[in-house]
Amino acid sequence: MQKSLRKYFAVFVLPTLVAFVIAFLLPFLFGLYLSFTRFTTVTNTQWVGLENYIRAFTDNNDFLHALGITAAFTVVSACSVNLLAFGLALLLTRGLRGTNLFRTVFFMPNLIGGIVLGYIWQLIINGLLLRAGVDITYDPKYGFWGLVVLMNWQMIGYMMIIYIAGLQNLPGDVLEAAEIDGASPWQKLRRVTIPMVMPSITICTFLTLTNSFKLFDQNFALTAGAPMKKTAMLALDIYNTFYGRIGDEGVGQAKAVLFFLMVAVIAALQLRATRSREVEQ
Amino acid sequence: MKKLAALTLAFCLVLALGGCRGNTGSSGSSTTAVQKNGAIYYLNFKPEVAEVYQKIAEAYQKETGVELRVVTAASGTYEQTLKSEMAKSDAPTLFQINGPLGYLNWKDYCADLSDTELYRHLKDKSLAVTSGGKVYGIPYVVEGYGIIYNNAILQKYFETEGAKAASAEQINSFSKLQEVVEDMTAKKEQLGIDGVFACTSLKPGEDWRWQTHLANIPISYEWMQGGVNLTGEETREIAFSYNENFKNIFDLYLKNSTVAPKLLGSKQVMDSMAEFALGKCAMVQNGNWAWNDIKGIEGNTVKEEDIHFLPIYTGMEAEETQGLCIGTENFFCINAKASEDDQKRAADFICWLFSSETGKKLVTEELGFIAPFDTFSADEHPNDPLAGEVAAWMNKEGVRNIGWNFTLFPGQTFKDHFGSALLQYAQGNMSWDEVVARTVDDWKVQSASR
Repeated sequence: MQKSLRKYFAVFVLPTLVAFVIAFLLPFLFGLYLSFTRFTTVTNTQWVGLENYIRAFTDNNDFLHALGITAAFTVVSACSVNLLAFGLALLLTRGLRGTNLFRTVFFMPNLIGGIVLGYIWQLIINGLLLRAGVDITYDPKYGFWGLVVLMNWQMIGYMMIIYIAGLQNLPGDVLEAAEIDGASPWQKLRRVTIPMVMPSITICTFLTLTNSFKLFDQNFALTAGAPMKKTAMLALDIYNTFYGRIGDEGVGQAKAVLFFLMVAVIAALQLRATRSREVEQ
Repeated sequence: MKKLAALTLAFCLVLALGGCRGNTGSSGSSTTAVQKNGAIYYLNFKPEVAEVYQKIAEAYQKETGVELRVVTAASGTYEQTLKSEMAKSDAPTLFQINGPLGYLNWKDYCADLSDTELYRHLKDKSLAVTSGGKVYGIPYVVEGYGIIYNNAILQKYFETEGAKAASAEQINSFSKLQEVVEDMTAKKEQLGIDGVFACTSLKPGEDWRWQTHLANIPISYEWMQGGVNLTGEETREIAFSYNENFKNIFDLYLKNSTVAPKLLGSKQVMDSMAEFALGKCAMVQNGNWAWNDIKGIEGNTVKEEDIHFLPIYTGMEAEETQGLCIGTENFFCINAKASEDDQKRAADFICWLFSSETGKKLVTEELGFIAPFDTFSADEHPNDPLAGEVAAWMNKEGVRNIGWNFTLFPGQTFKDHFGSALLQYAQGNMSWDEVVARTVDDWKVQSASR
């Protein structure tokens, strides 16, 4: 088997490799190249060196401001989504009545598209704010917290499923041993359950962090950055730069490259941090 | 056995891959086949007439045998679509730009049109997009905007006690308009309306009626009075010297509207048009293209003969002679990078559309365009009430219509910034002085990269 695997290695890896090169590597390298050019269409480019990267920061403050908003949003939503999802998962693994129904219900919002969700929540939030005689564009705080609520509503169900899978795989003997040793429920959770579900925590924090950081549809549909771009996150800012003004396509592309680097660094740091806490079962 | 299974699997994979390649190959060859027979690819800007272009394509193929393929970009995404379509090997041969600034972006792709027949038929040559004595964009539709009013409600008002005017013709200046509107607001219960003006839609992306159309008026006056050369460098900066006039009319819209100013950030143009169509308000600022919206709204109570235009008065001097804002932001361009045959085919098609009997009929009756070409006689204009009004205003004696100078505004980012500043002002979060200062500043900044 070992031998034939080696023999056919190239044949098996080729299709994936080709797909990866065509669908990811080439566009990525091309995008990298475009960030150093001024262009209207991707086939008509003109080399400008680092100018786009400089302009991304000097033309205006939008990029840095968007970075601030995105960072704040990512921290808040990654924490709240994971805490709530874990809490729900704990509740729904206790064999309560209607567990399956609740799991389905909580998972459902994840099946709705981001744009649709954005518009629905805009209606809901505007309906609430109408009592105060304003709407979601009145204060950036409304848009920010609206987005957090929306993100939680959408992501909790999905993360909950992952946590449930993790919790169901907990070996009963360890918990039993802890109980015999007289551990309190809190101690059991803190010292046994959480270390044991660390792989799930790794994957869930990874998903929530990167998804929050890259959020676009929901941001676009809920506020589109109103008021005055104060709720525009990075992805939306890149989109606005790219299509907003003649000659700025390259700047948008440069921002996109920086954005990629940030996502990659954050994801790598997070994976390393949580991986190191995983324990062998 | 294992070896056999592995081989079969590998074989399947290779087959699948080969299958993919086969598919793309055949579709590629079919498009080239079409091009050999002669085809035109038009990237259409107006989603509201997307279906009409299918009819046009059929009619054109029937008469000339040339295939016309029309792709329509979704509302507000023309630039995006054009960018990606142009990068393809099978790029549009006919497309459109929105004026001098659009030309700057697409100049590598715009062919010289001065020798085309359609350009010879253009009535007012100054409307075309030109550069260095050559013609790169031919306007194909003239549109106009102003304040659309529902005469039925106005008549009801004129009959009330102490009405400030006796007919719509008497409203010929801002002060008169203000008087009438404020009195109407006071009597709104009596008139059965929620407000005089439809809501001032300020949702991002839905604010073009203010940051583009309304702003055109003070800026046009500024340039007109300053004798600014519109093709020169002077338009890179503005003083916004008539900002008070903008504020006049904008405040009037905000204060006499169906919706409170703080709630405008989520309102769309369609909301405004619906309010107007359902008779909840008497006036709305928009252009003749809005007729389809008004007509299409279910429960529409506005009668066709009751819809008219009023110029947008802002309190300028001698504005009794001011007319509507009439111009265009739709210019045909032919892809300079297409083969010569394809360029010729595209030129032949637009000429056919605006000069043959079949084409003209489709233009006036189906597309609803007021065409700026001498091939159309005076009575050949669309029969919808708003287009009729625009045509009438164009030919009115002693009236000065304002051109569409917003084609020189420094781009979408500027407009978006201005729109969001207007929203902040409407919500009471920004003073008017700051709006003006930001706008003047931003104009300069956004013009820098052009």
